[in-house]
Amino acid sequence: MTDLTKTPARPAAAAADLMVRAENVHKSYGLVEVLKGIDLEVRKGEVFCLIGPSGSGKSTFLRCINHLEKINGGRLWVDGELVGYRQKGDRLHELKDREVAVKRRDIGMVFQRFNLFPHMTAIENVMEAPVQVKGETRAEARERGMALLERVGLADKAKNYPSQLSGGQQQRVAIARALAMKPKLMLFDEPTSALDPELVGDVLDVMRGLAEEGMTMVVVTHEMGFAREVGDALVFMDGGVVVESGNPRQVLTDPQHERTRAFLSKVL
Amino acid sequence: MNSLDKGTAQEGRPDTIKAVPVRHPGRWAGAVVIALLAAMLLSALFTNPAFKWDIVGQYLFHDSIMHGLLVTLELTVLAMLMGVVGGIVLAVMRLSPNPLLAGVAWVYIWIFRGTPVLVQLVFWNFLGLIWAKLSIGVPWGPEFWSQQTNVLIPTFVAALLGLGLNEAAYMAEIVRGGIQSVDEGQAEAAHALGMSRAQTMRRIVLPQAMRVIIPPTGNETISMLKTTSLVSVISLEEIFRAGQVIYSRNYQNIPLLIVVSLWYLFFTSVLTIGQYYVERHYARGSNRTLPPTPLQRLRGLFAGKPAPKTAADVVPGIEGGGHV
Repeated sequence: MTDLTKTPARPAAAAADLMVRAENVHKSYGLVEVLKGIDLEVRKGEVFCLIGPSGSGKSTFLRCINHLEKINGGRLWVDGELVGYRQKGDRLHELKDREVAVKRRDIGMVFQRFNLFPHMTAIENVMEAPVQVKGETRAEARERGMALLERVGLADKAKNYPSQLSGGQQQRVAIARALAMKPKLMLFDEPTSALDPELVGDVLDVMRGLAEEGMTMVVVTHEMGFAREVGDALVFMDGGVVVESGNPRQVLTDPQHERTRAFLSKVL
Repeated sequence: MNSLDKGTAQEGRPDTIKAVPVRHPGRWAGAVVIALLAAMLLSALFTNPAFKWDIVGQYLFHDSIMHGLLVTLELTVLAMLMGVVGGIVLAVMRLSPNPLLAGVAWVYIWIFRGTPVLVQLVFWNFLGLIWAKLSIGVPWGPEFWSQQTNVLIPTFVAALLGLGLNEAAYMAEIVRGGIQSVDEGQAEAAHALGMSRAQTMRRIVLPQAMRVIIPPTGNETISMLKTTSLVSVISLEEIFRAGQVIYSRNYQNIPLLIVVSLWYLFFTSVLTIGQYYVERHYARGSNRTLPPTPLQRLRGLFAGKPAPKTAADVVPGIEGGGHV
């Protein structure tokens, strides 16, 4: 099995250029091991796509990056800092909830099920974290929030509640909400999987715009077209390990491993 | 399929069905029996001299009844306030990852839900028998401040503690249910934005839990209004005790119990109506169309409109049968 989890087929990047670095990351729920030693590197400014069948551990790995899940083994760094721990000598110390929360401010996350706050309007959703977490004034947050809603094409829906928006609109508000914290890294957990097919395009357009502006993005997705077109690097995961990684166009057109080939033949 | 249905429906549109509605002889028989019983009860109410309606009228707005009513309402409001605030605190403690807080909350709920509120009331009243005075100081060491228990906890405070602390235990379970009904993704999204646990609870989870918490809280308030009558056992003069005091002097037990009951009934009715509208308010967003209020229904009845529900049921039934 270990022979499958080979190192990426690209020249090593300097540590300062890495946004995410995973070294032998393990995660289990009780006796079930979901991640069995993940090694990967996400460079600053790149769009990093994670693909694989459901249950392969790709969403779990994504959730480890902002410590929504605690890893059981290995090391995980974001922008040079350990996730969830502080190293003193050769000992790891767990971070307090408060310290974890501070680190999460810089990492935006977009969920499959949007998870907008239903009791707040679109603009209130976007303003919530800047006001509550960063202590911005409401006027300031509203102004930036409106600019963000404008950017995702929903300025006219600012006063609507999530239940009055379509899935695609909700997801774009969710992206604006994450961007309001001015993150250095954006995590996307199957952002288009819960959408009607004709609404997928709007969300992908917003993500494409973000990528063009140089945002570092880790995207768990089933949208192979998006991965091929926008992705800078791609990893295929299965059974809790990285099976194959490399340039998306190369992996998607000429997969090297049997499992990758079998998966792609079903989804492409 | 759809267009086909429409086509046939349009062709066969003209005649509305005039069918004989289903007869309900059982309902008529039942109505006659009920009407008979109601008539008997009413005649008994007005002919049996034991009710003494003149005395009921005489005491309905009597000074000490009014004073008792005020105490009852004060107790209800304050005890519910204690209950709601205490309940939220206990529920958050019980759901806390801190095992100490969760354990303390569990024990509190266990004790206060596990003993009758009547017993608790008497206990608070007799606290002076256990500790004659209460003091602040170093445990087993010097005292800085102390006071007689009976001075510190007069009857009203004992009543309030008994009712409020007990209510907090029940409200804690209601609030906990509300918090747990909120989708986990909500807290996750808040955490991912860098919000702390407390911020997430206060800004995101609790406001959404309210929809589930409010209806049973209305029930608890109605129940509390009546439960306050228990404090008569510790001689606090709320409305029931006020009535008792009067009839112990003039022996007009039945009229005074009617006076007291009328007041309870009046305020529970007020609360019930209030609860109905509060629930309706919170159902907005989850129910697409709200059923009409009783007032709206009455208005509709007098306007002589047919029940719209049955009409809507009948028409698509006909369209569906278009293939005949």
